[in-house]
Amino acid sequence: MDPLIPVSYTINGKSVQQQVSVRTTLTDMLRHQIGLTATHAGCEQGSCGACTVMVDGLMVRSCLIFAIQLDGARIETSEGFADDQLMDELRRNFADRNALQCGFCTGGMLVAAHDLLSRTPHPERAEIREKISGNFCRCTGYEAIVDAISKTAQALPLEDSGK
Amino acid sequence: MSTTSGKAQRHSQFVGQDKPRRNAIRHAHGRGRFVDDIAFGNLAHMAFLRSPYAHAEILEIDTEAARALPGVVDVFTGPDLVDICTPWVGKLDHFPGLRTPEQYPLAMERARWNGEPVVAVVAESRAIAEDALDLIMVEWSELPAIIGIDNSRSTDGPILHPQYDSNVAFVMNLTAGDAKAAFRDAAYIVEDTLELGRQTGLTLEPRSIVADFDPSLRKLAAYHSTQTPYQMQDVFVRHFNLSEENVRVISPDVGGSFGMKLHVYGEEMAAVAASIRLGRPVKFIADRMESFLSDIHLREHKIHARMALNSGGEILAMEVDDATGIGPFSVYPRTSAMEGNQALRLMGAPYKMPHYEGKLTVLFQNKAPTCQYRAVGHPIGVTVTEHLVDLAANAVGLDPFEIRHRNIVTQDMYPHTTATGYILERLSHEECLAKLEALMDYPKLIAEQKEMRERGIYRGIGIAAFIEITNPGPAFYGIGGARISSQDGCVIKLEPSGKIRVSVSVTEQGQGTETIMAQVAATYLGVDLDHVDVVTGDTERTPYGGATWASRGAGIGGATVMKAALAMKENILEIAGVILQGEADDFDLVDGQIVDRSNQQVRMSLAEIGRIAYFRPDTLPQDYHPQLSVSRHFVPQGTPFDFTNGVQASYLEVDVETGLVKLLNHWVVEDCGIILNQQLVDEQIRGGVVHGLGGVLFEECLYSENGQMMSATMADYLAPLASEMPDIQIDHVCTPTEMTPLGAKGVGEAGTAAAGAVVLNAVNDALRPLGGTLRTTPLTPERILKALGKI
Amino acid sequence: MKPGLFQYVRAENVEKAVSLLQEFGDEAQLLAGGQSLVPAMALRMALPEVLIDISSIAEMRSILMADGVLRIGAGCRYVDVLHSKDVARAAPMLVQAIPFIAHEAIRNRGTIGGSLAHADPASELPACMLALDAGIILQSARGLRTIAAKDFFLGTYMTALNDGEMIIAVEIPGIAANQHHRFSEISRRSGDYAISGGAFVLEMDAGIITAARLAYFAVGDCAVLAGGEALSGKPLNADTIEQVAQNVGEDITFYGDLYNGIGAKRQITKTLTRRLLAQFPGMEL
Repeated sequence: MDPLIPVSYTINGKSVQQQVSVRTTLTDMLRHQIGLTATHAGCEQGSCGACTVMVDGLMVRSCLIFAIQLDGARIETSEGFADDQLMDELRRNFADRNALQCGFCTGGMLVAAHDLLSRTPHPERAEIREKISGNFCRCTGYEAIVDAISKTAQALPLEDSGK
Repeated sequence: MSTTSGKAQRHSQFVGQDKPRRNAIRHAHGRGRFVDDIAFGNLAHMAFLRSPYAHAEILEIDTEAARALPGVVDVFTGPDLVDICTPWVGKLDHFPGLRTPEQYPLAMERARWNGEPVVAVVAESRAIAEDALDLIMVEWSELPAIIGIDNSRSTDGPILHPQYDSNVAFVMNLTAGDAKAAFRDAAYIVEDTLELGRQTGLTLEPRSIVADFDPSLRKLAAYHSTQTPYQMQDVFVRHFNLSEENVRVISPDVGGSFGMKLHVYGEEMAAVAASIRLGRPVKFIADRMESFLSDIHLREHKIHARMALNSGGEILAMEVDDATGIGPFSVYPRTSAMEGNQALRLMGAPYKMPHYEGKLTVLFQNKAPTCQYRAVGHPIGVTVTEHLVDLAANAVGLDPFEIRHRNIVTQDMYPHTTATGYILERLSHEECLAKLEALMDYPKLIAEQKEMRERGIYRGIGIAAFIEITNPGPAFYGIGGARISSQDGCVIKLEPSGKIRVSVSVTEQGQGTETIMAQVAATYLGVDLDHVDVVTGDTERTPYGGATWASRGAGIGGATVMKAALAMKENILEIAGVILQGEADDFDLVDGQIVDRSNQQVRMSLAEIGRIAYFRPDTLPQDYHPQLSVSRHFVPQGTPFDFTNGVQASYLEVDVETGLVKLLNHWVVEDCGIILNQQLVDEQIRGGVVHGLGGVLFEECLYSENGQMMSATMADYLAPLASEMPDIQIDHVCTPTEMTPLGAKGVGEAGTAAAGAVVLNAVNDALRPLGGTLRTTPLTPERILKALGKI
Repeated sequence: MKPGLFQYVRAENVEKAVSLLQEFGDEAQLLAGGQSLVPAMALRMALPEVLIDISSIAEMRSILMADGVLRIGAGCRYVDVLHSKDVARAAPMLVQAIPFIAHEAIRNRGTIGGSLAHADPASELPACMLALDAGIILQSARGLRTIAAKDFFLGTYMTALNDGEMIIAVEIPGIAANQHHRFSEISRRSGDYAISGGAFVLEMDAGIITAARLAYFAVGDCAVLAGGEALSGKPLNADTIEQVAQNVGEDITFYGDLYNGIGAKRQITKTLTRRLLAQFPGMEL
């Protein structure tokens, strides 16, 4: 059986200690050790985007990171973002617009959408498509997702600096 | 008890259309519950050693070192399971002559496709199970691999199954009228050979199962990412010799299926077998590579087709020779002959065409097995037909819309039977075509295309008409001997709080089944959508039924719920009548309130009905027993299928220097009968279109000459991503069906049926001035450049 | 698909990293961004016995401009390079190229050093380094050496890295006033490996090209410079561009990939060449 090594992180704002095998990916640790199952494993190759989470403020593929590499890191999964108005709006618009069907890609999509609108509050449709081009969805054909993100963006305040 | 009063008032508006799906809210908050999300005690994990060869004899398997690895619980091969699991055969009686050998959970003596599971390992973790795979020694003797339709049907090539005289699994001939005479007398004949590539499902959630066997009572619970828990219950019962009441199949959230998860897979049977051997829960989650190697594949057809027309451009006949390459087995229990069967029968379907000669040849290969997947056969039938119609338009000198107008079945012809034997109750081709022309602003596109051509930019417009098979009755499977139910059941109960719980035998994979059933129940009962909860996907908690496939969920499931809701309403009004000391007919249920039918005045709430009926029946007349739950079953009647129809169009640009295609626009006009939820319908269409776009432009299961699967990662197998997909504009026509009381037909596969056809037509339209014709999909840059003579 | 087991060690600095490389030899692989290595390990195509994690080595994460030379630490991620003002000023090609590399989530972890050491023939950065005439700085327990990019990429997944060596930085001569960078690639989907790609540097004085470095990727067995000499001394116009485009077919040994045969590669590379050269100053519409 694999030897276990202690690691600690901040996950969705909470301090977490875990014992992990060196070969346990961040995806598997989140899903099977901590029980945060909204991050999904769709390919374990970094190609599908279903495992996308935020690590230290950047959007990454949790399937391509060994949990042990991230000692001390700040991790945010799609279940997190508590008291985050932008995420609340995104979730509401995703549901209203039916920007998800089976739900398997949704965690990664929401993380990508949140990252986009945090950096670019008023993206063009083509920009939205480019941002989510690393997130595979088999059900929606993407248009509803683009609509939901676009609608969320429309409600965001225009910047003073004027773009 | 009062009787159901004749035919129910059919609704055209359904309660709750404007509300988000409960399941959408749940998933948006990360509360999905897929098989791999569920925690089990004492769970063991399974991995498989798979054949590295397309075709090989298995001489010896040495598992000693694997067994000895700490953490490994069990290792077994095909022969180890013969006493636990009986083999299966993918045949149905209504495909006479279909032949296929017995199939076992793991390969026996021979491996027949690259990726076929051969040895199973069960361990305390998936990682350890895979460590054990590396310690297994297998001695193989490679055999010649039969790869490709032409190689399979060649009479001097190797034969895959030595007990057969050829690689032919099935042949079917269809004749209507006198096609020979029609071709002899034709003013115009167009013909072509199309090769439509092999694809795979690529559901984002891979195949998943946890099998949990309790040896003390011989009870099996299977948590299974399947579309069809009832069929799987039956399969587990019969092949593992268990009692039906002791087998429960639960499909929790399913992360995409589209038909792929309807079929019986050796790995999943092996997982059940492992649980039986070990008496503990065993999990198998296919990883992405296993999914590419071993999920059912689809399509792979080579079709030679001809079309005969008279001088007025009217289609007299089609002659079709369709060869399809399946795998080494016909898949169980729905057979690998179905897609070809449907493809052959859908040729020419929107058109008056009286004469037809069709031949289907289904051929074995040493590739992954193939079976039903979204829009089964439709993309082939529509692509071939519509390609020939465009060739004909060119030959006769007619505009693509005009030739279709001249040929489509008109409104005065219904009910109409196609040359291939499909009975069409009533469709709306003319109206759909007219709407499409307006929606896409066809004259403007034509002008734009012309202007662009003068600037050396090649844009194409492609259109297609199609019909879609929905709401199947027993004609699909039941009459062939398959234990696949074509009826559905629904139980509705009134909760003490006045809320409604609906339990129904159709299933949810994200398309919105549960929401639609709730809408039907809410509408026919007269309650708020938010007060209805729907239960699906559990053989123990729902009636037995047909589940979801072939676009049957909304139409057939909906009709079932409708019947149950009307019966429940009767009961409720009867109780109201008793409580309020009037006649049941004096009252109505509106927005969850009992009202006087005459003046709509509110008399009492459903919650009050619940309180009295459950907790104070002592206040009701003696010998009165309020019936607070009802169950109803529904069998589809009338025509074997309820057909829908539609038209699609694509506008695109071909970069003639690189062979890349840019999709500019896509339109769909769809007639699926009464629409239960416009947003969900439109999203099914969109998702379906993108599936079809994937198949025509990107997706291909590539096999080397010796049968190695070459596109087994998502970097190599290209599926649609957001940047390349167009926005899709949709409009509707509504022709309800009389075949169900609800009047709704299916729509799940409509998008996929014709998306490929319109892109092929558009690319060929774009390249026509340059003389290039594409006949092979997917339309890769290589194929386009070759057609243009650039390479 | 789960990786095999391995021993995990973290190197806090370069000295420690090269000492570990020497100690473990063939048994060890370096883990930086992991965006190529971890997928290979998941497939068990890579089965290192030891993983040396170099992703937290601070000294490899700096970007510095000094004496006209841009030095980018090998541990810099694509995202770091993309947003660096020094890079934008001194090597705008990299800012043009990076958005084409895979997808954003990959770029947030993948490193410059990782891409160059992996030397996938379809990857963008090796071609950029060729076009930019970069020096690759290698360190081992034996010491330091610099090797020119044109001598570093030897074939498919093959570089001039010796046993025990790791890339610690690249040095790129800052863009001169008369130099221009352009980058492009042609692929079927955004973020895919290219069918053909080009990283071009032209030096122009009074409308005449004084030097041209045209680097191609995804078409040969590794990144390759081709056809630049023919432009020397010529003006940039439709005719000279067409000449280069036609000849590029002769200058490169094309390799097909899963979907694109040699003919398609050649045709698409010609088109890429024509279109990319047409983007240089004087030719822009």
